[in-house]
Amino acid sequence: MKKIYSVLVENRSGVLCKVAGLFSRRSFNIDSLAVGETDDKEVSCMTIVSSGNQRTLEQIEKQLNKKLDIIKVRTFHEEQSISRELMLIKVKYNRTNRKDIMEVCSILKAEIVDMSKSFMMIQICAEPERIQLLIQMLKSISIVEVARTGTLALPKCAENE
Amino acid sequence: MNGADAMVKCLEMEGVKAVFGYPGVAICPFYNSILDSEIESVLVRTEQNAAHAASGLARVSDQVGVCAVTSGPGATNLITGIATAFADSIPMVCITGQVNSELIGSDVFQEADITGAVESFVKYSYLVKDVEDIPRIFKEAFHIANTGRKGPVLIDVPIDVQLAAISKFKYPQEVKLRTYKPTVKGNMVQIKKVAKELSKAKRPLICAGGGVLLSDAKEVLYQFAHKYQVPVVSTMMGIGVMPTEDDMYFGMVGNNGHPYANRAMNECDLLLMVGARVADRAVNQPDLIINNKVLVHIDVDPAEIGKNVGPHIPLVGDCKSIFEDLMEQEITGDFTDWTEQLNYYEATMQRKRNPSPEYVDPAAFIRTISELLPEDAVYVADVGQNQIWSCNYHIVKKGHFLTSGGMGTMGYSIPAAMGAKYQCPEKEVVAVCGDGSFQMSMMELATMRQHGIRSKVIVLRNNYLGMVRQYQHFTYEDHYSVVDLTGSPDLSKIAAAYDMPYYLVEKNDRIEEKLKAFLQDERASLMEVVIDPMDLV
Repeated sequence: MKKIYSVLVENRSGVLCKVAGLFSRRSFNIDSLAVGETDDKEVSCMTIVSSGNQRTLEQIEKQLNKKLDIIKVRTFHEEQSISRELMLIKVKYNRTNRKDIMEVCSILKAEIVDMSKSFMMIQICAEPERIQLLIQMLKSISIVEVARTGTLALPKCAENE
Repeated sequence: MNGADAMVKCLEMEGVKAVFGYPGVAICPFYNSILDSEIESVLVRTEQNAAHAASGLARVSDQVGVCAVTSGPGATNLITGIATAFADSIPMVCITGQVNSELIGSDVFQEADITGAVESFVKYSYLVKDVEDIPRIFKEAFHIANTGRKGPVLIDVPIDVQLAAISKFKYPQEVKLRTYKPTVKGNMVQIKKVAKELSKAKRPLICAGGGVLLSDAKEVLYQFAHKYQVPVVSTMMGIGVMPTEDDMYFGMVGNNGHPYANRAMNECDLLLMVGARVADRAVNQPDLIINNKVLVHIDVDPAEIGKNVGPHIPLVGDCKSIFEDLMEQEITGDFTDWTEQLNYYEATMQRKRNPSPEYVDPAAFIRTISELLPEDAVYVADVGQNQIWSCNYHIVKKGHFLTSGGMGTMGYSIPAAMGAKYQCPEKEVVAVCGDGSFQMSMMELATMRQHGIRSKVIVLRNNYLGMVRQYQHFTYEDHYSVVDLTGSPDLSKIAAAYDMPYYLVEKNDRIEEKLKAFLQDERASLMEVVIDPMDLV
């Protein structure tokens, strides 16, 4: 089972390391991890995607809550959130497949942000499903390099917030 | 006033009377400032023992133990002691000197990333960057160490911060930690559920862990058990929650516990785990304690509840507070049949030992010393076969039983007894260890001698690392590997070297007379007890 942890942490040096250390020490999975400042510069937001059984996922939340640098732990499933990831993907292209690549990009709403005679760099910011789809579609063409940010997620807007 | 002066002042504000430690350049400013204070610095002979001594002191008082060592190897030597305290949730503040702030990260002499290294073994750690932060940091550190689930906190202070001038020293009145608010009071709804289950139950049992002692809940638990006639067993860390021979106490559970205590755990229909973490040594198969019974888990640390087993009634909060609330509930239940049953088990399921008459029987020895010790004595067990015999045969009356339970760190007993005796000089404090663990911390006999700390040391000598030998006997069919202690020193000569009186017990018939002389001796003394190398726990 997958779960997203959106963790507000004190913006101090070493906090990322402590949280990563907690996951590794207790053998919790980190499927992806993204961290950045919030509007309050004393607070950062870490978004961690993890997977495991029900008890493990519950333990993750409890162990995170124990850490003194952690302000708040919110957890939700992908369906309860708006989640996005940014990916840059560099592909090698030629005359014959150039049009196809451009079509795939257009369909999946990806942009071509850089180009040379034989290489193209594609950028996409989308929900995890669409990211997966783009990778799949481009697999048949030679992918040179991929860089991903990891999932960012916030719970969906609710009336009683 | 500089940072080091401020550090010492903070310790004074916290009521610290002693710091165990070992100097080095990086912590010299601190050790210089402490000379102007009433706080006594105790030089140990290796840093690990500073942490164990601080632990012993903390466990016999309501104080936070304090140790202070230098950077690099001083700090890394402390790690085992910190891990030991963390595993058993002992409140401690560990101060480490650090190299100059500008040099951190460039691998200078005696530099170690101690805050990184201890992360898994502390509740929290601080690397002090600004001298003005010192009062706030110390106030926070002591608060964190001694509240909620207690534990060690590390403060790493670079030498330039110790030497920097502090503009104004103001010790905070209160702590402002937005992320740390441990739950003290238990949820009333849950408490009432527990009371209801107790009234419904036919065979309730309380399993008390170290948390009961840390919460100072001994008294209220005793009152509760007697008022409602609920039997009590304990984990290793819970030994001492009730007098061993109390009517309502039925011994230690677990791998090395009493068979009748384990049977009580199996057969109860309502189990209250209190201040215990359902660890593997106490509860070998956690799934079995929710079968055919209602499981209540009471602990101050919400992460422990549900970690190894999911209870029917989780109850987060401080043990003492929760039991005080429980005392006020209406609980109607007659458990006399159940208690009678447990009494029967206790009488008929005693472990049978076949000790060799050629040696002293450790069980008989430990029973005898229990009878001769004053009621409020502090008994410090080490780790290994000696520990298990101590757990099984020592009779606690009103005193303390200390040991390293969670981490099982050999060498704990001598320095911990030293710390305990330092804190309570009027009490009889005895460290009981094996010849392996003795050799791990025997250097502290010098510290005891230097400071006139008159704890007593008993070595159960069998020339082996007994517990591992036993394990190799069962698992590797006597293919012993590195468990032979041939080459160990003549203990009479070690005692003489440290100017300690030496007592030797070689036969069962001399136990009582030798122990009487040993205990009546006003000086710190060493006793060697010759036990059977092939004995099993």
